[in-house]
Amino acid sequence: MSTVAVAARPRVGVVKFASCDGCQLTLLDLEDQLLDVVEHFEIVDFPEATSARSAGPYDVLFVEGSVSEPAHLERIVDLRRRSRYLVTIGACATAGGIQALRNWGDHDAFRDAVYAHPEFIHSLARSTPIAEHVTVDAELRGCPIDPGQLMELLTALITGRRPQLPDEAVCMECKRRGVVCVMVSKGLPCLGQVTQTGCGAICPRFGRGCYGCFGPREQANAAGLTRHLQMAGDRPREEIGRLFAGYTAWSEPFRSMVTELGGAGRGPADARPGSTTTTADDPAATGGTP
Amino acid sequence: MSAATNPPVDERIYEVGELTRVEGEGSLRLRVRDGEVVEARLGIFETPRYFEALVVGRTPDEVVDMVARICGICPVAYQMSAVHAFEDLFGVRIDPVSRALRRLLYCGEWIESHVLHIYLLHLPDFLGYESGIAMVADHRPVVEAALRAKKAGNELIKALGGRPIHPVSVRVGGWSRAPRKAELMALRPALDEGLRIAQDTVRLVAGLQMPPFARETRFVSIKHPSEYPFSDGRIVSSDGIDSPLGAWRSLFEEFQVEGTNALHARSLDGKGVYLLGPAARITLAGDQLHPLAADALAATGMAQLIQTNIYASIVARAVETVQAFAEAIDIIDGYAPPQEALVPWTSRPGTAAWATEAPRGMLFHQYEVDEAGRIAHAQIVPPTSQNQAAIEADLVVAAKEVLDLEHTAATHRLEQMIRSYDPCISCATHFLDLTIEEV
Repeated sequence: MSTVAVAARPRVGVVKFASCDGCQLTLLDLEDQLLDVVEHFEIVDFPEATSARSAGPYDVLFVEGSVSEPAHLERIVDLRRRSRYLVTIGACATAGGIQALRNWGDHDAFRDAVYAHPEFIHSLARSTPIAEHVTVDAELRGCPIDPGQLMELLTALITGRRPQLPDEAVCMECKRRGVVCVMVSKGLPCLGQVTQTGCGAICPRFGRGCYGCFGPREQANAAGLTRHLQMAGDRPREEIGRLFAGYTAWSEPFRSMVTELGGAGRGPADARPGSTTTTADDPAATGGTP
Repeated sequence: MSAATNPPVDERIYEVGELTRVEGEGSLRLRVRDGEVVEARLGIFETPRYFEALVVGRTPDEVVDMVARICGICPVAYQMSAVHAFEDLFGVRIDPVSRALRRLLYCGEWIESHVLHIYLLHLPDFLGYESGIAMVADHRPVVEAALRAKKAGNELIKALGGRPIHPVSVRVGGWSRAPRKAELMALRPALDEGLRIAQDTVRLVAGLQMPPFARETRFVSIKHPSEYPFSDGRIVSSDGIDSPLGAWRSLFEEFQVEGTNALHARSLDGKGVYLLGPAARITLAGDQLHPLAADALAATGMAQLIQTNIYASIVARAVETVQAFAEAIDIIDGYAPPQEALVPWTSRPGTAAWATEAPRGMLFHQYEVDEAGRIAHAQIVPPTSQNQAAIEADLVVAAKEVLDLEHTAATHRLEQMIRSYDPCISCATHFLDLTIEEV
């Protein structure tokens, strides 16, 4: 992540590709700081929030969403040319998002399952992160991004310093906050040790295992965690695969685990010859008790 | 948009290639020839994400997490429709306090979504600004108060589910964690202030100049004998529908139209168009409003106008914001943590179907669950795709009112009308382009 003082009052754009709009909404959810933010940054293009439009150039461009349809391929390259500092925001933009689960399936079958007239629909077979297409200057992870990390990035941008975004595991956050480990105390499967923090360890704090929405941390030992979950929990491979098959599944090493273990969903009925099979005594069939 | 030539007929095209201040990517196109509307279309070009296929093979609890990602503004609505559908199929009886907490969570989302829409997306149209942020120059205290009210809604969701967007604690059977009383009581001052801001908001928006618009339409919403509708009751309409929540498919159907990535919906009784959302709920379930919300509505004298003038939906939304604050305060005051936040359950195969009231209107989910407890088939019908036909019908009504306006003003008016629905396009994609043509 580079250090950059982009301008005295940077011209900011906020654009979306395939996404739920939750990450750009996080900007509007900075209720206490929003009016200060717009004093320090000139929002020149943000269709969800303003009818004023600008095609750039942008000092800072926030990109939400994954590349998911043919028109996106040219659009992202064009936007990159018009942006000095490009920041991807959220799991869709940084990892392909939940919609990247179709990357393991048969796209046409997915499309045909949802639309009676698939010929009207234009989309790519794979959903991919922005960095697979253009150079990205900074990324904010998460599904959705964390407002504290967004403020940190904005503050770093106007002061010209490097943003302090931790790359340690969610586990570290739990330890610091004194959260009792849900794997140890409740036997719940948890991706905390292989997932980058930033969320504030929300899931363990709320009594459940981390589901990896901030994506793999550097050198995450996903294979080791898988072996542990297999031995300690006696869990079927596909159940462990489903843990990795979430909002950042397309990022390595989660991607390899999904490919190896399965779990990306069966896709539409009968669409996939290699679809997983389940049995009635599968742990998926019960719940409510940790 | 092309310049006027000398047409043999008077044909006008009004067009907006990318609607702004709406959630997601949509467009509008209206073509009027000799005063007759020949085309009225809300195009939805948002990329499809295939959620109904992605959830196949997954477990009910995974689905509750996944479907939230359909929409960053109303993730709770998706969680609520899904979780109630599964609990209904599995015969799960959740703790009554867990049920109250679900209502509290929904209050938080209604507040956050309604205040966002009223102040940041819709009010700028009435006051002549490009955005809510641009209003700060002249109306700083108003915008600051709005942001505090919106924050109160978000803090409510955060207290219950860890974060305002895609909260994590809703589980089949209840909650992975129920809050302590003190955590909720800490929110009381902000909610008290939010209630006052919401009451002021009703007075503010009731004083706005509503553009002329009049039509009769058919309203559909959920109705409950003793509560304002969130997640329980029956599907009712202004013309006599009264059916269980799971019976959506016996009343309505989805169909695909070229040029839009959203599926449209229509009723099976041949009457087609129906309207969901705040105006529908106030019309059909207004007798269940909290006394404070009922008083706020009565003071506007606009209960009738809300039914016939789509622009007045901003008043309905403001009244519902009072509703959500007032109910949230009542729930918190009466709260004691549940005996059993998460009750055990066992999957059973069959059809899970339920509807709840998202901020924008009724949201229906149906899932086929197989013997192994996995999703075999899913259908998700968002409010905006159901409203799409009503929006297009109202464009035809609005056309008559804008023909005397200058072209740019006319186009803005049509955009304002579409925003009155608070369309949620990310949701509807599986939905909208505003074009006014003038040839």
